Amino acid sequence: MMMPMLDHDVVPPAAPAHPAPGRPVELEAVVREHVAVNDEYRYLSLDLPEGAPHAKPGQFYHLLCPTGDGLEPFFRRPMSVYRVEPEKNRLGFLYKVTGTGTAAMARLWPGDTFNLFGPLGIGFTLPADRAPIVLLGRGVGLATMGPLVPFARENGHRVTAILSARAPDLVMSVDEMRAAGADVITVTDAEGTSAVPHVEGILEDLVAKGACAALYVCGSSRLTRLAQAVAARHDLFGEVALEQQMACGVGVCFCCVRPFRENGETVHRRVCCEGPVFPLAEALA
Amino acid sequence: MIDLSVSCGGLALANPVMPASGTFGLEQAGIFDFERLGAFVTKTITPDKRMGNPTPRVSEVPNGMLNSIGIPSKGAAAFVRDVIPRFSQWRPPLVVSISANTPDAFADLARTVSVEGVAAIEINISCPNLEDDGKAFAMRPESTREIVRRLRDATALPLWAKLTPNAGDVAAVAQAAQDGGADALVVANTILAMSVDVTTRRPSLGNVMGGLSGPAVKPIILRMAYQCARAATIPVIGCGGISTARDALEFLIVGCRAVQVGTASFVHPSALVDVVDGLEAHCRETGIARIEDVIGSLDLTQAEHDMMGGAAPASDPAAYAEAHA
Repeated sequence: MMMPMLDHDVVPPAAPAHPAPGRPVELEAVVREHVAVNDEYRYLSLDLPEGAPHAKPGQFYHLLCPTGDGLEPFFRRPMSVYRVEPEKNRLGFLYKVTGTGTAAMARLWPGDTFNLFGPLGIGFTLPADRAPIVLLGRGVGLATMGPLVPFARENGHRVTAILSARAPDLVMSVDEMRAAGADVITVTDAEGTSAVPHVEGILEDLVAKGACAALYVCGSSRLTRLAQAVAARHDLFGEVALEQQMACGVGVCFCCVRPFRENGETVHRRVCCEGPVFPLAEALA
Repeated sequence: MIDLSVSCGGLALANPVMPASGTFGLEQAGIFDFERLGAFVTKTITPDKRMGNPTPRVSEVPNGMLNSIGIPSKGAAAFVRDVIPRFSQWRPPLVVSISANTPDAFADLARTVSVEGVAAIEINISCPNLEDDGKAFAMRPESTREIVRRLRDATALPLWAKLTPNAGDVAAVAQAAQDGGADALVVANTILAMSVDVTTRRPSLGNVMGGLSGPAVKPIILRMAYQCARAATIPVIGCGGISTARDALEFLIVGCRAVQVGTASFVHPSALVDVVDGLEAHCRETGIARIEDVIGSLDLTQAEHDMMGGAAPASDPAAYAEAHA
């Protein structure tokens, strides 16, 4: 099949740049940079200790958020990686302050230490033969998609990212994903472009143009159901990254289960260790 | 060289530290060194496959955790076939936790798991998340004595009865478990509790009520462990909010022969090994050669109260109280 050439197309490197992920460890990272990227989201960049294992896109860390000043988060908080820079021994998280854990995390200053446990879980897998992929994300789900763009580009996949948000100024990662080599399409509630039928039209166009052999989705049940329908219709490879409240993060407590279809039956799977990335068709969204 | 070994409930343990049921599994094998534990305690298994409770299954509360998992289980047959053999690669003894809803099913399950590789059976007669409005066998002394006796007849393995803190008189239940033939008491399971999201007015847990664990429960469970250690002659294993070696020492001092660490492992993945290291360090720093010497060493003589008029130390609390009335 002929693929339309894009201006950002480059010769892909022979091997992926990401080293193999290691087994999870508890480590003290040091805050390098911590900034507000818009009214809602914050970006935290961390220096990892020498020799720390590196995360794969889609994997997460279990964060021990600092206590004090009236905030006493008890559990760790699971958060998927937004930026993975193994060559610099750095790691980045993009997050929104929504509760006690993230409020406590927002108080970290450059130079502070931050206790992490990870990397944990199963990350994204890419389809065979450098097939073109499409990312579909909304809200903080875009953070989970972030590292998938360079990972897919380095492995020779063409990437289109459809980013959904309430308003245009809340669409994150647009510049970053473009810089990493993705075609970016933004859809927003404010512009009336984020409704499912419109997004479905965009996906169908991409499929028709041969630009969508695999679908990745995160951050919206609505978009997950849409992606499942489109993937089923055209027999596409697909994955979905899911969230659930967690306690242990390693599969022993069975707190973080979600329902999946398996051989016609509904089964529970643990998001922490059987995910958080799952086959798209099997998730009950 | 510090001797951390203890004998407990029919087993010789290299140290008195083991995981609490439901917080430990083969998934942690790459995370901390399994050889460092006193024993392994598996997640409770049930006779048949169970899905478990609806989500949310967990909620954070101040200094603790509220959970209602509902014992999802792959069933006894799969456990005996797939899980038990995998523990033979490590030295610590394997304690299998079991639960069932009827005495017959419980006894059958005890027989099913009495296989090579299992050193003892922990009988979960206390899980408040089962049925019957949180009630369980261990809510009353009579039903405790009956079920333990029934299980005693079903297996030759040591039986550890895990009690519930939701019973009105835990010491009486402890005695009943001993009368029924238990080899040790695990004190205790989680405390039946609940919490509500005031914005949505929904319960925090899918199952409405759940079990409270973590540092928040430690003083309550410590008191119960103390009461049970006085009421029973069989070993008591303390389990409730133990996060550090100091917590473990408190339980040993009031008479527990071993401790279980649970919720703490969710926050600090190496908590179990840290507690073992901490016990050894404490013994070294305080000149204790054997951890055995700490067990039951609670000093009940009244401390001097110089600030309260310089009364003579009263070893008799009643006399002390009278003098200060």
